[in-house]
Amino acid sequence: MVPVSYYLVLSAILFTIGVAAFLFKRNIITIFMSIELMLNAVNLSFVAFANLHHDLSGHVFVFFVMVVAAAEAAVGLAIIIAVFRTRETLNVDRVNLLKL
Amino acid sequence: MVHHLLFFVFAALAVGGALNLLVQKHPISSALSLILVMGSLALLYLLLGAEFVAAIQIIVYAGAIMVLFVFVIMLLNAGEEEHTKGSRFVMVFGIPAVAVLVGMIVYVLANRSQMNTGIELGAFVGSTSGVANLLFKEFLLPFEVTSVLILIAIMGAVVLARREP
Repeated sequence: MVPVSYYLVLSAILFTIGVAAFLFKRNIITIFMSIELMLNAVNLSFVAFANLHHDLSGHVFVFFVMVVAAAEAAVGLAIIIAVFRTRETLNVDRVNLLKL
Repeated sequence: MVHHLLFFVFAALAVGGALNLLVQKHPISSALSLILVMGSLALLYLLLGAEFVAAIQIIVYAGAIMVLFVFVIMLLNAGEEEHTKGSRFVMVFGIPAVAVLVGMIVYVLANRSQMNTGIELGAFVGSTSGVANLLFKEFLLPFEVTSVLILIAIMGAVVLARREP
């Protein structure tokens, strides 16, 4: 019998590592991957709560999150390609035209 | 006992993969460790009785989305990331902030007695037919709206990635 809280703590740890990667990474593709990691962590807590409440709606929500993540990945990677074409860099610190 | 063993092995794999994503310099190594995280999460979903979710985790996430990532990394010939002055500033303030965040979440979870109910292996199985029943009855409208979303995303991706004439 593994308590639900173990899964939720694991989800929190993964989410926090995702936040950390989002803050520390400088490569725009890796930043994007850390967003995916955060979405995955949230999915884990959805499934854990679905198990806790014996309710399948959590699984349906995970399905929706995955659909949105797929759409977001397609659009985001297209934006990354467009940025790379104009700025010729993947470093977010060098994409600074809006900075004073 | 088996449940504990499987949980800890795959939780360790997931956390290790996530940390490797954070530590690696090359985006390809980060992408491969993210695939490891997703694979171990799929097994954790199976432990929680979410068969359908585990299957689409492998097919959609580890399959489709990560292949897209690896394609883009190779297409753009992404090399090792370079660190600038701003990243040191983020390191100094980011690490304590992140530690506080995880501490707060764990504190909130630990103080809820409801969260300590154990999960019996196989006590609750989310069958594909059950998920489909919900998806095509209660959640029919959101389901149809997501199909529109996907369509718009496809068109947006094509328009954005197209070379300017």
